[in-house]
Amino acid sequence: MTNKEHSPIILYGARFLSPYIMLFGFYVIFHGHYSPGGGFQGGTLLAASLLLVRIASGTDIADLQFKDYLATPYAALGVLIYFGTGLVALICGGYFLDYGQLPIPGIEGAELRYWGILIIELGIGITVMTVLVLIYDNMVQGEDYA
Amino acid sequence: MLVLLYAASDLPLRGNPDNQMNQEVSMTGTEVPGNYYIQEAYHDAHTPNIVTVVLGDYRSIDTLGEQLVIFSAGLICFLLLRKRGQDDDE
Repeated sequence: MTNKEHSPIILYGARFLSPYIMLFGFYVIFHGHYSPGGGFQGGTLLAASLLLVRIASGTDIADLQFKDYLATPYAALGVLIYFGTGLVALICGGYFLDYGQLPIPGIEGAELRYWGILIIELGIGITVMTVLVLIYDNMVQGEDYA
Repeated sequence: MLVLLYAASDLPLRGNPDNQMNQEVSMTGTEVPGNYYIQEAYHDAHTPNIVTVVLGDYRSIDTLGEQLVIFSAGLICFLLLRKRGQDDDE
């Protein structure tokens, strides 16, 4: 870019907005049981909060928030959470992704399905967030747009 | 465009409970799953949002596929766009 200097107004604006967008993203994920929302939408909002700081401040400061080399392992972790939930249910005597068979003590039946859905939504949210950050990071690699 | 308007003029009225899409059995006489979802979603998963139950529980393998699509898209971007070694310029 032509202007290499940091603009403090943009930087502070992004730093101010980022936690609120992130909080709203978590709200969309965890409130997906009661209102429109879920893993995909919430993950996109989480990614938006991370990308805002990345675009505004450049790689050096954004790395304090979310390290770029962590994106790929976290994306795989999200898939593993989803797949592992299904596999645990399969091992514990149900069908694949049959949440009623998850070995969580204290709750059973419909309540267990409630928590199973929440776990997989979290997995989706992690994957969507990190994949979007990963694509941005790989696109701007070598050139610091700040 | 005219054909489209002509076809649209013959569509059933929206919101009519007697429409085919609101019936409990399809034209061929088999039961439609949407009826079961609407009636039993809360009872099955204690979740008021039927869409979440359908996506996360009844159709969870489809959602797993969607997640894998996103994951593989990110993986392909990582493999294609990552910074290569200094001696390896195109």
